[in-house]
Amino acid sequence: MGSAHGPISVGSAGTQSRGEVWTRPVLVDGDQSLGAVTRRVCDVVEAPKPPRAWYIAITISASLTLMLFGMVVYLIATGVGVWGNTNPVFWGWDIVNFVFWVGIAHAGTLISAILFLLRQKWRTSVNRAAEAMTLFAVCCAGMYPAIHVGRIWVAYWLFPLPNQMQMWPNFRSPLLWDVFAVSTYATVSLLFWYMGLVPDLATLRDRAVTPLRRRLYGFFALGWRGSARHWQRFERAYLILAALATPLVLSVHSVVSFDFAVSQVPGWHTTIFPPYFVAGAIFSGFAMVVTIMVPARELFGLRDLVTMKHLENMNKVILATGSMVGLAYATEFFIAWYGGNAFERFTFLNRALGPYAWAYWIMIFCNVVAPQFFWSKSIRTNPWLMVGVCILVNVGMWFERFVIVVTSLSRDYLPSAWGYFKPTPIDICTFIGTLGLFFTLFLLFCRYLPMVAIAEVKTVLPDAHAHDEHGHAGGAAHGRSPEVQHV
Amino acid sequence: MSEPIPTTDERGELHGFVAEFDDVTSVTRAARAVRDAGYQKFDVYSPFPIHGIERAMGLRSTHLPWIVLVCGVSGLGLALLLQYWTNAVDYPFKISGKPLFGIPANIPITFEVTVLLSAFAAFFGMFVLNKLPEHHHALFEHPRFRRATDDGFFLAIEAGDTRFDSKRTRELLQSLTQHPVVACHAARGGDHAPSWIRVGGIAVALIALLPLAAAVAARTGDTTKPAFHIVNDMDSQARFRAQVANPVFADGRAMRPDPAGTVAFDGLIEDPVVLTGKRGDAWTTTMPVAVDARVLARGRERFGIYCAPCHGGAGYGDGLVANRAKDLQEPNWVPPASLHDTLVRGRALGQLFDTVRNGVRTMPAYGRQMSVEDSWAVVAYVRALQRSQNGTPADVPEAKQAELGAR
Ligand code: HEC
Repeated sequence: MGSAHGPISVGSAGTQSRGEVWTRPVLVDGDQSLGAVTRRVCDVVEAPKPPRAWYIAITISASLTLMLFGMVVYLIATGVGVWGNTNPVFWGWDIVNFVFWVGIAHAGTLISAILFLLRQKWRTSVNRAAEAMTLFAVCCAGMYPAIHVGRIWVAYWLFPLPNQMQMWPNFRSPLLWDVFAVSTYATVSLLFWYMGLVPDLATLRDRAVTPLRRRLYGFFALGWRGSARHWQRFERAYLILAALATPLVLSVHSVVSFDFAVSQVPGWHTTIFPPYFVAGAIFSGFAMVVTIMVPARELFGLRDLVTMKHLENMNKVILATGSMVGLAYATEFFIAWYGGNAFERFTFLNRALGPYAWAYWIMIFCNVVAPQFFWSKSIRTNPWLMVGVCILVNVGMWFERFVIVVTSLSRDYLPSAWGYFKPTPIDICTFIGTLGLFFTLFLLFCRYLPMVAIAEVKTVLPDAHAHDEHGHAGGAAHGRSPEVQHV
Repeated sequence: MSEPIPTTDERGELHGFVAEFDDVTSVTRAARAVRDAGYQKFDVYSPFPIHGIERAMGLRSTHLPWIVLVCGVSGLGLALLLQYWTNAVDYPFKISGKPLFGIPANIPITFEVTVLLSAFAAFFGMFVLNKLPEHHHALFEHPRFRRATDDGFFLAIEAGDTRFDSKRTRELLQSLTQHPVVACHAARGGDHAPSWIRVGGIAVALIALLPLAAAVAARTGDTTKPAFHIVNDMDSQARFRAQVANPVFADGRAMRPDPAGTVAFDGLIEDPVVLTGKRGDAWTTTMPVAVDARVLARGRERFGIYCAPCHGGAGYGDGLVANRAKDLQEPNWVPPASLHDTLVRGRALGQLFDTVRNGVRTMPAYGRQMSVEDSWAVVAYVRALQRSQNGTPADVPEAKQAELGAR
């Protein structure tokens, strides 16, 4: 035990050419023992009191959440007229914020599923928090379609339930696809997150000193006891869920983009929307993960687990997806000109030079220019500078949705029907309230659940591997005893 | 070593022997040794999945992927069936003349439902196959077993194994580890949730079924009462109803009388025959307005707008609306009359005019959409249409009859 991670030759004997040597990468810093990882993560949850900054943060965010509830009650009691949505812009901040939050929700599952399939082991330190962030962002996103229907008590018409009108929803409408995509995504993300959490809840259960904690964590740990047979199915289920979540995550923002692309509004009716939305979603999601992980790791002393390497990798993803988004903006412009459609051309010129030009150029600066700073290693590895860039990216991605939704609607085919959208204070407070809800949930998560996937991080430690031989060679070398085949 | 242990004692039934290990290497080696000794009911417990342990233990791979596949495929089928039945059979959606069921537009939902059911299968399948949740287990009685979720490794051989022998099994395990081997007992009688939790749970589940039951009852039963709405916001609107007092106006009436000088609809036409189609008590059989090519053209145009959707361009009762109703086999639909029925052809001009203005039986009135002049134009056109579809050789002017025979 304890022999450090020296060069290890890999692969079953004979399949690898001799002399090929691979160094197992060091993915976490500090004390590498199994117990140390457990302690470092659980200490956050078990500390008698969280840091003072936590109290300040949760006071602010919980008050904003209360304000959100107030706004929603007011909206439901009064009607959607309290928002700025009106002729010709009937999709205002509600849809802008919906798309904004759904986009953010993409990073979590991307990190947990796609990076898992690509065997990017560095993900283990950040996937738990990113998945939690996904869920909380989906909460904020899912709220908007529910409340924006106005008569919220008939929102169940969105689902194919038998009703007194003897009618069914139209399954060929992108809006219904959206309902299915977002609710499937929320459900699958929840299952994925919870499944990964079960072994760690068992750890908390087994460390609990008060009966209340033992019962509560124990209830949700479902009696997990780390059996090898259980782990075998667990890992298989995890792999399957990852394989399912990968196309799912790509489909969700594609479907969201269909809400626009399937319509005939100039500026929306383009085939580039699905890939462009997905790239933007990953971009904004990673930016949000970095924005909240940097303060969280400082606050809760997780710097050894969530290392600079992790943050740097995420910043590289942001740089790559940010450039894709920039390319998409350029392509849209080119196609508007090249396609020769007068309305399309007008729409794009109007975006850049019309009444919303201010929003357009904020978007360009934040989404295309800001991430380019990450070419510099010193910026990409400086915690506070990267948070600055990521906040800009979040602002930029909000403005992207604003530009898409509002500019196209405010000036479409008929100049006589043009208008200028102005949000009301209710719009603004509702949006700020969702930020409060998001951070409240995240702060509660940090305090009461393991922020880092303990069991998963252990698998990348040097102690996770047998030393006399390599896992791959295991059974093969000894052969399978036939009578144990059919357990 | 020690005395053989009886399989049941005051501590409950013997579950098995548990050996503790400090690292992956030794527990993997031990698993292989236990497997090679022929044991089957044994298990390794570790804080994280150990790479290669299933080979060392000789475990078969799991059925889970097959379960997921079956659920995924049923999700796919169910989604297609749901969309087909709801949108093409039970409530056919006709949108821009597109087919009722076309795969491309139904793919997104099919995909989502497939993924959803597969994910349910993977998640619930894993826990069911693992027989979880199982909040109480004999191993939890082991004083150090909680290390299994931290940094300890354990191997347990269960008493139910055919090769289990309280002496030899214990010796085998002890030879593999320097920690003492411990016997674990299933706690006697088990530890169940308090009965109030179970009773309460059942009660909540039953209450949760009530709304569903009410919905089913409402859907299947017959009633003369109006539909039940939970939120009747459409019934209570912020407006004044007829015949109520309204303090806004000096006279306190909510229903406003016509402002002075208002002329009623068509109020400037004075001839009662033109207005009603009646001459005295009888329908007029002559046109009370002049008919020329311009009037007929106007009538044809109005007919195309107001009548053809039901009666069809040629008046046979085969308009778009009628055809759609026929396609859908609407039960309460009365087909529009063919204007070439002998009965309809025999109607006096005045009566046709009245049909247009005021409707007839199930046919709606068009008096509000069309002016009196236009209504007469339509009547003239309908008559012309009837003549055109029911002509006889005698209708042809004598001078031209010879040409008819020549053809
Ligand atoms: C919404 C469908 C609809 C439209 C539009 C409509 N009709 Fe009809 N019409 C009917 C139906 C249905 C009947 C048969 C009514 C019945 O038997 O209950 C009918 C019957 C008639 C009859 C025969 C009435 C009789 O004397 O028995 C005439 C004539 C007629 N329509 C003329 C017209 C003309 C002219 C127009 C255009 C102004 C018109 N309809 C527009 C549905 C329609």
